Amino acid sequence: MEQTLKGRPPGLAGGFKNSNLAQAWLILVLALIFGAALAAVQVNLSQTIRNNKLKESLDRIPELVWGADEAAKIQSPNPALDIAPGTVAVQKDGNTSYYPVYRVSLAGRPAGWVVKAGGQGYADKIELLIGLDPAAATITGIYILEQKETPGLGNKIALPRWRNQFNQKSTALPLTVVKGKSSTASSIDALTGATISSRSVTGIVNRAIDDLKGRLNPASIRFSERQP
Amino acid sequence: MTNLPTPSERFIQGILPENPVYRQLLGLCPTLAVTSGLKPALTMAVAVAAVLMSANIIISLIRNLLKPHLRIVVFTLTIATFVTVVDRLLAAYLYQMSKTLGPYIPLIIVNCIIICRCEVCASRQPVAAAAADAAGQAFGFGLALVSIAAIREVLGTGMLAGFQVMPSAWPQWVIMVLPPGAFLTFGLLLALVNWIDSARSKKGELEG
Repeated sequence: MEQTLKGRPPGLAGGFKNSNLAQAWLILVLALIFGAALAAVQVNLSQTIRNNKLKESLDRIPELVWGADEAAKIQSPNPALDIAPGTVAVQKDGNTSYYPVYRVSLAGRPAGWVVKAGGQGYADKIELLIGLDPAAATITGIYILEQKETPGLGNKIALPRWRNQFNQKSTALPLTVVKGKSSTASSIDALTGATISSRSVTGIVNRAIDDLKGRLNPASIRFSERQP
Repeated sequence: MTNLPTPSERFIQGILPENPVYRQLLGLCPTLAVTSGLKPALTMAVAVAAVLMSANIIISLIRNLLKPHLRIVVFTLTIATFVTVVDRLLAAYLYQMSKTLGPYIPLIIVNCIIICRCEVCASRQPVAAAAADAAGQAFGFGLALVSIAAIREVLGTGMLAGFQVMPSAWPQWVIMVLPPGAFLTFGLLLALVNWIDSARSKKGELEG
């Protein structure tokens, strides 16, 4: 309001006062202060946030390997339970994709594998964990980590009632989604009204199992450094 | 700068007479999107309250330094900063809830309620009025969200905040937790608020 160009020759006289820099000093100062504040928040919280994500995966692992009832007996912290995180690099069609995997052992004996996989769902990306037995021949469970499927329909993929269908399925044949009651050993019932979400999850599981076939052995896995 | 509402007037106005959702029809995106359950609605209301309060106070403190043509930039910068802080805090301490709310927390940046309060109140009035205004508007927003969420969750799932409140024979009206349910509930509640309002003003005319 107080700074108008009226009566002032453009250019040199009063140039600085009307320059963009002088006009925007408040924005620049605020941006610096806010930037520093955000950096401080990030420094303080990033570890907690990363741990939250990691913990969510780790908490689910016993249940995925042994099933909910058995897992309750082994509940962590259990010194005999060892979860070794690592990654498997899979080269396919000229692209390399990385699967985070966890080798789970109890008292030194291998108990199974948990693989993190993801893919496109109906609404957004779906991320899930797949539990496999030590020979990677049978699925021992799946758990949906991240999904934004339609509430009331597609988001039922996260309910145990639906995802428990995957338990004890063989990894020899790709799983197929059927509407209505599934009949064969390798079929999964589609959720009513959410066939696409059901197919997405099954597709993610099939692809991960196919990609990792023969690769779930210590030679193919690059184990990450342990964190205390 | 004459005749601007006092702090207490600002507070009262925000709750019902100028309710951000039912009277100003602002902030409808989160109103429709996160009201499928009571818990996400409450979290959203608290997040918006925190951002609104912080932004209103900061803008009110620097209101004499604002240049008219650059004020919106300052508002947005301030709001975006506080929204990012709230987003990080949720991800750190309420991880599951931050996943449920997904993109709607970052989207508070473009919530018109906050930028509107910065413009209408905080950039013109001292801190006390700005804070009272933020409290009133945030309370009004929370009230609107909770009213819609409660109806949708009970009818859609038979539960309230995760607890079963309807008999288990209740046929869950799935449509209520889907997007159409948000529009239906909001429209009917808006009509109800308008009806009560017009009934009251008619009564007032007759008596007065």
